[in-house]
Amino acid sequence: MAKTVVLDRKPLSFSERTYLPQIANGLKTTFSNMFKPKVTLQYPEEKPKIPQNYRGVPTLVKDPNGREKCVSCQLCEFVCPPKAIRITPGGVPEGEDDREHVEKAPEEFEINMLRCIYCGYCQEVCPEEAIFLQDEYSSSGYSREEMINNKAKLYELGGTLPDQHYKWDKKKKAEGQGNSH
Amino acid sequence: MISTQKTETVSIVLDGDEVEVPVGMNLVDAAALFQKEIPHYCYHPQLSVAGNCRMCLIEMGTPMRDRGTGEAILNEDGSPKIGWVPKPVIGCATTVSPGMHVKTISDKVKDCREGIMEFLLVNHPLDCPICDQAGECRLQEFATDYGRGYSRYTERKNVKPKRTRLGPRVTLDDERCILCSRCIRFTQEVAKDDVLGFVDRGSYSTLTCFPGKELENNYSLNTVDICPVGALTSTDFRFKMRVWFLKESPSICTESSAGCNILVSSREGEIYRITPRRNDDVNDSWMTDSGRSLFKKVRAEDRLAVPSIKQEKSSFDQSIQTAAESLKDKKVAIVGSCHATLEELYLLNRLSKATKSKKYLRGHFGQDDGILLSADRTPNLRGALASGFANTYPRDNLSKLNSDLKKGVIDAVLVLNEDLLSSGVEAESLLGISIVYLGTHANDTTNLAEVIIPTLTSFEKKGTFINRSFFAQGFEQSIPGLPGLLPDVHILSKLLDELDNENKVTSDFSLIWKNLSSPPKSPFKGMSFSDSLGGSLKIDETKWKDLPFVESNALHYKK
Repeated sequence: MAKTVVLDRKPLSFSERTYLPQIANGLKTTFSNMFKPKVTLQYPEEKPKIPQNYRGVPTLVKDPNGREKCVSCQLCEFVCPPKAIRITPGGVPEGEDDREHVEKAPEEFEINMLRCIYCGYCQEVCPEEAIFLQDEYSSSGYSREEMINNKAKLYELGGTLPDQHYKWDKKKKAEGQGNSH
Repeated sequence: MISTQKTETVSIVLDGDEVEVPVGMNLVDAAALFQKEIPHYCYHPQLSVAGNCRMCLIEMGTPMRDRGTGEAILNEDGSPKIGWVPKPVIGCATTVSPGMHVKTISDKVKDCREGIMEFLLVNHPLDCPICDQAGECRLQEFATDYGRGYSRYTERKNVKPKRTRLGPRVTLDDERCILCSRCIRFTQEVAKDDVLGFVDRGSYSTLTCFPGKELENNYSLNTVDICPVGALTSTDFRFKMRVWFLKESPSICTESSAGCNILVSSREGEIYRITPRRNDDVNDSWMTDSGRSLFKKVRAEDRLAVPSIKQEKSSFDQSIQTAAESLKDKKVAIVGSCHATLEELYLLNRLSKATKSKKYLRGHFGQDDGILLSADRTPNLRGALASGFANTYPRDNLSKLNSDLKKGVIDAVLVLNEDLLSSGVEAESLLGISIVYLGTHANDTTNLAEVIIPTLTSFEKKGTFINRSFFAQGFEQSIPGLPGLLPDVHILSKLLDELDNENKVTSDFSLIWKNLSSPPKSPFKGMSFSDSLGGSLKIDETKWKDLPFVESNALHYKK
């Protein structure tokens, strides 16, 4: 057993026993901060500025024409390490002029935010640039079911992002003027 | 069609190695024997050679001979001089010959493949994210393996129709077609229903049906399987699931006594599609369209899911107990099924011996199409014979049971998966008879049954079927059964335990097979369940050769 050595406590000096210098010192810090710029954010009323490359909650986006970009190729479902994504693929019914030529769209798209680890693989793998981890970082709910984002919620969170390619618009255009026989 | 069964061989030099290959084989197959891939689209081992995709171009040469004397010309070192064909040749249409030299990998071959891939991709759409073939697409595979890796094509691609209906079950995406003509040759040569053809020229060539006709024969979905790209798609499977999620497990089709070998593609216990599995003794690479939709019965609404006693839900133990009580010391009739596996029929036979009961069996017959849909629409009629359950050829009704019931010589019936009321048994003859029903789906008989014990479909259990050529074909479980259900063999062996105090048979397959193969005249002499799983296992058919089998001559079947 280790031997316990009892050390004598150094006796306080007179000024220390009055506590006054310490109080004065503390108040100096307090008063000096009153004149410095504020650094505290009034969260949740005030929100921090999120950097561009932040990986927040995964969302589905629409292109500037309001067309859903996801074609339910299920690559994100395949690549997702914690298996948070679940897609029910479906076809686009004939007769919808603006997206009939896309042929495929998700019938249901679910991301379980209790499983998601915000790795961003889904965004990286998406061949249609339809899924993005944007600046939304706080998600909460009262039940497990509430924490599963369905298609409507994902589009609501995602909104519209600018599109570089308009791939399917080009395809549609080619149909109109292309080398059809 | 090129057979690999020939024993005679010739010696060729494949990429510098001297190898022996069967006579009459083409170079694509010969190279495959030595794990060398010659990429190809239009060649299919079970169809005629068209040679129109040009993907299998390779370099080939033969020993040179003097034109005048016919003597071999030798190099300075005494080895035969090889006359290389100046242009590459297609491997699929080149048959091996003695001393032939082949280069499957060389700069020229690589150049050819890159060129062909570039041409094929000129008008091919970038559809992979929405294409059902993605993941099992030859064009994808060969583009990564043999393609240039970038596109030089800047002109506008051709536009073709994206969803043409070719028939009730096949949808064509014209843009993706690479004009390999496999589907056309299949409909001509195998399905014998010549409805497909190409129209227009050059890059406008399009696959289409002849005017006024449709691709509606019962083999149309095989064209989807052999399509190397995503041009022909199954209307049923279209956009349902990406193929990389599907787990493929081998099984046997239950549609008819042809016993097609199949692959069951499922994800998380749900079947999405059924495709044929190559077996050159039984079904080549084909199967019927009607057989592909049988999986829909697994999740059908009328599927029996819980055991019941007098139409009230019950537990398995309770219902097996009650079933045993209602059969004990009674005059029992056992109705077997040609849909049951060999092992189940064996146990059922033991059960009939234990209860000294009469045995009944019904056959289901239809039209024979001469290919893979045989007149006997059950997978295991021969299994019923081989297991000892039946000695005579069954008729397509149970009128014998009906008359026996009327005579009053029966007071309990054990039914395995057979609807009595649609088999010629009258409802009034069943009055006062206790019925124990073991089966998968509800029908008129289950409404009358005293005890219902739900069983599993062939996708959910293992077993053996004996097909029309007396091949015993074993299969493993493909998907988990409905929650709580037990395999048929378990239920039957439990019933045996209850009814036979000296019972030594269990549901253990090795024990059942040991018993099946032990009698001196057994057709299964020296065989085990793992043998039947290994592939088509021919059993001795001499005992039944005089029975009036209903099948007529068909693919790989001679009466």
